[in-house]
Amino acid sequence: MIAQFTSPRLLRSLLPAFSLTVILLAIFYLQPRAMSYFGLNLLLNLALPIAFATLAQMCVITVNDLDLGIGAFVGFVACVGVTWLNDQPLVGILILAACIVAYGAMGALIHVRNLPSIVVTLGMSFVWLGLALLVLPTPGGKAPAIVTWVMKFKTPLVPMTIYASIAIALIVHVALKRSAYGAVLRGVGGNPQSVERASWSLIRAKITMYAMAGFFGVLSGISLIGLTSAADANIALRYTLLSIAGVILGGGEFVGGRISPIGAVLGAITLTLAGSFLSFLRISPDWQIGAQGAILIIVLALRALINRSEARKPA
Amino acid sequence: MNDMSKPIVKLSSVEKSFGAVRALDGVDLDILPGECLGLVGHNGAGKSTLMNILAGIQKPSAGFMDFGGDGDGGGGGERSSATAANYDVSEARRQGIRCVFQELSLCPNLTVAENARIQHASIKGWNWRGRASELILAQLDQIFPNHGISADELVGDLSIAKRQMVEIARAFSIVDQNIRLVILDEPTSSLDALVAEELMVHVRRFVDSGGSCVLISHLLEEVLETSDRILVMRDGGVVDSRPAAEFSRQSLVEAMGSVAKDEAVHGRDFNSKRQQGTPYLSIDPSGAQRGIAMNAHKGEIVGLAGLSGHGQTDTLVNIYNKRRRYGIDMAFVAGDRQSDGIFPLWTIGQNISIGSIRNLLRFGLLDLEQEAKLAEQWRQKIAIRTPNVNDNILSLSGGNQQKALFARALGSPADTILMDDPMRGVDIGTKQEVYEMIRAEAEAGRTFIWYTTEMDELKHCDHVYVFRNGAIVADLTRGELTEQKVLHASFEEAS
Repeated sequence: MIAQFTSPRLLRSLLPAFSLTVILLAIFYLQPRAMSYFGLNLLLNLALPIAFATLAQMCVITVNDLDLGIGAFVGFVACVGVTWLNDQPLVGILILAACIVAYGAMGALIHVRNLPSIVVTLGMSFVWLGLALLVLPTPGGKAPAIVTWVMKFKTPLVPMTIYASIAIALIVHVALKRSAYGAVLRGVGGNPQSVERASWSLIRAKITMYAMAGFFGVLSGISLIGLTSAADANIALRYTLLSIAGVILGGGEFVGGRISPIGAVLGAITLTLAGSFLSFLRISPDWQIGAQGAILIIVLALRALINRSEARKPA
Repeated sequence: MNDMSKPIVKLSSVEKSFGAVRALDGVDLDILPGECLGLVGHNGAGKSTLMNILAGIQKPSAGFMDFGGDGDGGGGGERSSATAANYDVSEARRQGIRCVFQELSLCPNLTVAENARIQHASIKGWNWRGRASELILAQLDQIFPNHGISADELVGDLSIAKRQMVEIARAFSIVDQNIRLVILDEPTSSLDALVAEELMVHVRRFVDSGGSCVLISHLLEEVLETSDRILVMRDGGVVDSRPAAEFSRQSLVEAMGSVAKDEAVHGRDFNSKRQQGTPYLSIDPSGAQRGIAMNAHKGEIVGLAGLSGHGQTDTLVNIYNKRRRYGIDMAFVAGDRQSDGIFPLWTIGQNISIGSIRNLLRFGLLDLEQEAKLAEQWRQKIAIRTPNVNDNILSLSGGNQQKALFARALGSPADTILMDDPMRGVDIGTKQEVYEMIRAEAEAGRTFIWYTTEMDELKHCDHVYVFRNGAIVADLTRGELTEQKVLHASFEEAS
């Protein structure tokens, strides 16, 4: 019975929650005032857009690819959001829908031509950035009122971000980890040949995952402008690396279709908090990126330790 | 219900070529309902290719396929026939054909139940997980009582034997499509004797209830005991097909080998180089004192034989990794050109000179003139068919790419050359040229350790070691070498 509770598989899945708890406790210790509705709201303000971007990245990682354009894509969505979506909502929605289709098409292209995803998505990141600059050459614009209202909505007990994070984590968990087609989608990451031999369409799976990535990218951009109320083409460029870090921090792996949606959301929140934590420690912003990297390395080292204890276990 | 005399699968004059290599040369195959068909043959006989065609993974280059009988089990009695053009994996599944592949084909990141779901598109909707678990566990219980596998374990966490059990159970599980034929390609390779026996009992049960099975195994006793009929393949063709009762282990081995021809000629001019003192390389690939040690003397061509995947490549890699400890300069000629051999973005010249880059340095920098000279010299020496060594390596045909890899090894200062079945997919003309070269280089004092899956190539070797399950089980000099002996040693004796 005890062996079951200390099994490496369980430990591995608890690691993201553990890292989040540790960093949260550290913040509360450093700054007890953060332990309030207002404090939490301030701390977790930007967590939701990052969580969406992380889920987008996770969709692509599920099928053994990597998206280096998600940050620029979120930036483009934000720019569309503060211009077209505000001025002519219908056109705005059409553009965003076309974005999702474009993401699906990118997945199809990568699969059919057997291209490296990093190259294609990196190339596309410049396309998104260019388009964003065309739409919004200078920072500004105005987010649609409804978006701002939703993002600033005051929920009872704890801030909206927490409810929303729990909800999306559970929805994506059910879709990818519990649904019947979700098993096939993850199987594509694990052993594409086997999935294909069971007469599933690989290209359909790739298009689905890339379109889902596009969808979450759009949600990320829209939720971002709801908080900032204005946008700029470069607003989300750092999301690319943050999202990858979030997926890995959340227990995902680069290859093999091993992913965890709940972990990814926890990872995104942990990364958001890490920034605040370092500010509370009075670490200058110049050092923060390095310090975030250090946090990432610590968590990955813990995971490597768990994996090693698993390898030592006799088969 | 089934007409027991009408074959469920009928292949006629099926051919398959990969470039210059003919893998199947006009194969006829009938599989009757309620029959277990044993399929034996040595490396490259075409067994796997034939099964891949049957499973719809590869398309035949020519020939006809006919699936008499009632298509998808539940459907009408309509006669369905598939031609080479429209036959694929989904069609094979519709015909009720399942396959357990030699290389395991489960998704390691999914649970046992989820892997069962991947196989069965119709397990979906509410509680699919419960139904998938029930299905796979029931099947596991039926075939392997005491399997000790639970449905929500990740396949990646299972031992290799358990994975194989899951894979087999998955192939036999039925949801809505009836199963008419299960192909088992080396299904017992990682099962212990007891579990393997359970599987064979199940195969008989399945066959007695009207299903059909194709059983490929290197354990001849297993094939002899379980099959109704045995098909012997050699060089891409069927050479014998008789009821299993008419075969013995001896006669099967004989049927697999080609007719003994000029073996005496090869044996006659053989002078063992082994009288001259101690071997300069000696290794026991099995690690423990399980098998015979392999020795190599200076100037020898040592052949590694046996069925593919029985530890030959691992042994070569192992020797290469320990080259510093042995204090021997070695070069490695890879068998899988595309993944381990060539640098696809480089020129032919660069692909050749990389093996001897240390000799081409001048003041720590690469001497381009000398590099070009080396490449040109080897182009002429082994006749790589290209006007210019500065062309990209991919501009060459497969055989000539392989020559460039030989040039890389031979051009290097290494005095021992390890070869990992390098002649795969190389045309016969190129092969003859390379054989000549190897012989000349061995005369000049170089040692070759040569893993090959082709019987003919063993005849160029001074000494042949036959591998089985990671250990050497036979040591033959060129004088003693016959195909029979190699086959006998490759196929396991019942213990």
